[in-house]
Amino acid sequence: MPSRVQFREDRCKGCLLCVQACPSGIIQQSSRFNQQGYKVAEVPAERMAECKGCAFCAIMCPDFAIHVFKTKEAA
Amino acid sequence: MQEIRVTNYPEVLVDRPTHYCPGCQHGIAHRLVAEALTDLGVVDKTIAVSSIGCSVFLYNYLNLDTVEAPHGRAPAVATGVKRARPDAVVFTYQGDGDLASIGMAEIMHCANRGERVTVIFVNNTVYGMTGGQMAPTTLVGQKTTTCPGGRCLEREGAPIRMSEIIASLGGTAYCERVAVNTVKNVLGAKKAIRKAFQYQLDGKGFSFVEVLSTCPTNWRMTPVAANERVASEMIPYFPLGTFKDIAATEGA
Ligand SMILES: Cc1ncc(C[n+]2csc(CCOP(=O)(O)OP(=O)(O)O)c2C)c(N)n1
Ligand code: SF4
Ligand code: SF4
Ligand code: SF4
Repeated sequence: MPSRVQFREDRCKGCLLCVQACPSGIIQQSSRFNQQGYKVAEVPAERMAECKGCAFCAIMCPDFAIHVFKTKEAA
Repeated sequence: MQEIRVTNYPEVLVDRPTHYCPGCQHGIAHRLVAEALTDLGVVDKTIAVSSIGCSVFLYNYLNLDTVEAPHGRAPAVATGVKRARPDAVVFTYQGDGDLASIGMAEIMHCANRGERVTVIFVNNTVYGMTGGQMAPTTLVGQKTTTCPGGRCLEREGAPIRMSEIIASLGGTAYCERVAVNTVKNVLGAKKAIRKAFQYQLDGKGFSFVEVLSTCPTNWRMTPVAANERVASEMIPYFPLGTFKDIAATEGA
């Protein structure tokens, strides 16, 4: 069951609390700045498959900047 | 194959960027309040009383009827609101400068009278909004703009442990200290906040949740280092746990 995360880059403040929380260690700070001037968090595309969909990152994000998705087999 | 979204931010949490500094945990506390009110299905009958401090703009982030109280007076304002509208769910959201310093009298008497209100107390050990002055909760040795050499026990006294004091007052039905520094603690904080509102709904009395929180800006730390300080310095002095729960004692 693959999972993925989506960062709302306009909301991210680059605090990196999500990096600290992710059990897979796949979140990192990107080199992109958002409009507010913060360097946003990202999961590199090649590591997204390691996402467990645990939402630990979203639970620790103070800025509601993360969405987590899981894919289910249709019943 | 069907993709489902695991994250469901409650509707009452307004979808707009916050003014908080990077890593400031006021955002997590806001979200937990929003989740608790939504889970209990009481959003439509809730009235918030916001305070003075960085969370002064609470009404921008929680789509609730809100009364803005003068500095420290939120528990007195909430008393009036609740007595006028006993069917409403009424809560205050206050910082440690607001609640434990200028507002010490109001919080003590509100708890002691057993007002049927809930207090969310965000303790970040400084006056955040005004630039990081010493608060009654500042830890011994902690440097702030008004104690640049570090808080001194002889000169400024020991940091005040509010939850322990509130728990000792007759009208308090539920009093708990939580933190939001780890996933486990955030989930615990969510439970506590929900329980506090449930006690109000059940008419049990005054309910109080102290949330240990970071102020990376005024602590002059990165958000990650500030978050680590919660476990290394704050929790040892401000232990987590339930300090009073009348349901637990009643049942015993
Ligand atoms: C009567 C009055 N006195 C002083 C102030 C200045 N003031 C604004 S916010 C604040 C302290 C806020 O600190 P805290 O309650 O800890 O909240 P935080 O900003 O840390 O979240 C003070 C003293 C004021 N607004 N009104
Ligand atoms: S959902 Fe879990 S595994 Fe996936 S990025 Fe977030 S914390 Fe990491
Ligand atoms: S926790 Fe949220 S705001 Fe902080 S870096 Fe991660 S996504 Fe950005
Ligand atoms: S000054 Fe401190 S409490 Fe205020 S928004 Fe910034 S980090 Fe948060």
